[in-house]
Amino acid sequence: MKGSPASPNIAIGKAFLFEKHIDFKCFMLKEAEIDNHLRRFEDALSKSIKEISNLIDDTTKKKGKEKADIFEAQLLMLQDNSFTSEIKKEIQSKVNAEKAVDNTVNRFMQTFEKMERQYMKERALDVKDIGERVLKNLIGIQNDILKKLDKNTIIIAEDLVPSDTACMDLSKVAGFATDKGGSTSHVAIIARSYAIPAVVGLDKVSKVVKSGDLVIIDGNSGMVFVNPDNNLLQKYLKISSKIECRQKELESIKKEPSRTIDGKNVSLMANIGGLQEIEKAILSGAEGLGLIRTEFLYLNQHTPPSEETQFLTYKAIAEKIKDHPGVIRTLDIGGDKKPTYFEKILESNPFLGWRGIRVSLDSVDTFKIQIRAILRASQYGNLKIMLPMISNIEEVRKTNKIIVQVKNELSKNKITFNKNIEIGIMIEVPSIALIADTVAEEVDFFSLGTNDLIQYTLAVDRTNEKVSKLYNNLHPGVLRLIKKVVDTAQNKQKWIEVCGEMASDTMAIPILLGLGLEKFSLVSPLIPETKSLIRSLNFLDTKKLAEKALDLSTSKDVFYLVKNFLSERRNKSL
Amino acid sequence: MTNEIKNTEIYYCETRVQVLNKVGLHARPAAMFVKNAMNCQSSICVEKNGKEIDAKSIFGVLSLGIDQFDFINIKAQGKDAKEAIRTLTQLVNNKFGEE
Repeated sequence: MKGSPASPNIAIGKAFLFEKHIDFKCFMLKEAEIDNHLRRFEDALSKSIKEISNLIDDTTKKKGKEKADIFEAQLLMLQDNSFTSEIKKEIQSKVNAEKAVDNTVNRFMQTFEKMERQYMKERALDVKDIGERVLKNLIGIQNDILKKLDKNTIIIAEDLVPSDTACMDLSKVAGFATDKGGSTSHVAIIARSYAIPAVVGLDKVSKVVKSGDLVIIDGNSGMVFVNPDNNLLQKYLKISSKIECRQKELESIKKEPSRTIDGKNVSLMANIGGLQEIEKAILSGAEGLGLIRTEFLYLNQHTPPSEETQFLTYKAIAEKIKDHPGVIRTLDIGGDKKPTYFEKILESNPFLGWRGIRVSLDSVDTFKIQIRAILRASQYGNLKIMLPMISNIEEVRKTNKIIVQVKNELSKNKITFNKNIEIGIMIEVPSIALIADTVAEEVDFFSLGTNDLIQYTLAVDRTNEKVSKLYNNLHPGVLRLIKKVVDTAQNKQKWIEVCGEMASDTMAIPILLGLGLEKFSLVSPLIPETKSLIRSLNFLDTKKLAEKALDLSTSKDVFYLVKNFLSERRNKSL
Repeated sequence: MTNEIKNTEIYYCETRVQVLNKVGLHARPAAMFVKNAMNCQSSICVEKNGKEIDAKSIFGVLSLGIDQFDFINIKAQGKDAKEAIRTLTQLVNNKFGEE
């Protein structure tokens, strides 16, 4: 089964199916039953209040006040008259206590779900949580099982809320797999903060897995295997013990500089797609953020994000990374996942369609709001603007004009911003790579988006199984194109980074380094490993390697060239 | 900015404050706000953009969706109205102990 990886590494263990289905009947009360149901509700309520108070004390003692704060809000919700009186009112109108609680909880959840801010939306889960607690006490279900988990248990659930994980003995939990949730859901956050591997969004793992099944969770790829055969199990046991060893090694490298043996400094930055990833990036030793995707602000909502929301997000990023660079890529949505507030058009070939800068330049008002927000935040750190999907110089000019307009408006209103903010473009369309010299006059930097550059250069759709094997980082045509752009950048004295997956490909890194690239931006979990590789290389050797690679005629030849190069180097170091 | 109307035993106080902590009155600050309000005898309400709610109700406070930089009016009526306003204003101005 495949889901979204929410917390890295591999867990192998026995499943525990956490079922939360609460069954109750709905019926109309007789006049004489009303008092009884009111009393039952009051009892369940005071029992729930007591439980949460205990939970607050307990959590404060064990995990600190910070973690207990989640339950403070829940306690106040249970004590809130506007909530409890609605339940009582329903009971008085002859709805049975269970149904009255359920109805009211759903109504209150809906109000929160409709709110704009993500952290307000998340309060809906608190309401759900207290609702379930009251219902449990009303019906009489106890959740003591979670306190007595076996060692190395993998928790399988539809979804988990704070009160579920709070009463779990997390030291016994080896992994999580849930039907619902994304990378910011409660279980994902808990899993990452306790370094427990997790996969979420699996759709129906809780329907398929039974307690006691042997489960493998691959928190790196998002794969989950139920009752694997011996081969697969052995494979994962090996990987998992390897990871453990390697992690210990890499931990020690995090504070070392990313420098080749012969002293060439390389800057390793992180790609992020959300605020919560920054902490991880800093911890992994990233020296800045070479690609800040902004789509997370736009997707899954009914209106574009306000200037204020964006400003605060960008400001928070700028402040967190201090003097390190933060390259903000303006909205880059493709035809396949456009939010509802953009015109919906049917595209037979979305990758060659209405995406990236093309959408922004057709929606100038929305685009200006983003530019304004970035400019306003630019005074709080070292932010830069990067434009996606540029295929001709007119798009750069149009965008520069818009940026100047916004700057003038800000100056007029006496709003401060970094007047010299750098503006760069993604090099991901071959046409712009070929005229990099002329476009260089109008921008401050280049960023090689290798995923798209390769797909467009090789005319290969990686998601199409029939042709995906033709996609190759080491195609000599791709390498020559990259060389041309890097040389141009150096001639024109513009800085250049590589932010696609190639920047974390062990086979490609030596060549990229040899071509003259000094700035790599990649997903943060791979930074320590990449640094370790760079620290084992000689820049002068990689230069020769790159020269040789450019003369070869097939990807396969390049692959074996690099393979030999790396194994020779390994033998030398032994 | 504090207005005060003396009325034999009952006081009425009102003030306008700007919320400065990073994410506004989200769960933790909202809970602190409500807890402090509950400790006062006076009846207290909070108003944002013309919508007024009971300061002692967590659902009420959350429903205002108070973000960073929003202005809110706090109104208190009762014996300890003055103290109530002072406590709550301080809490907001101190960014609920954040940072």
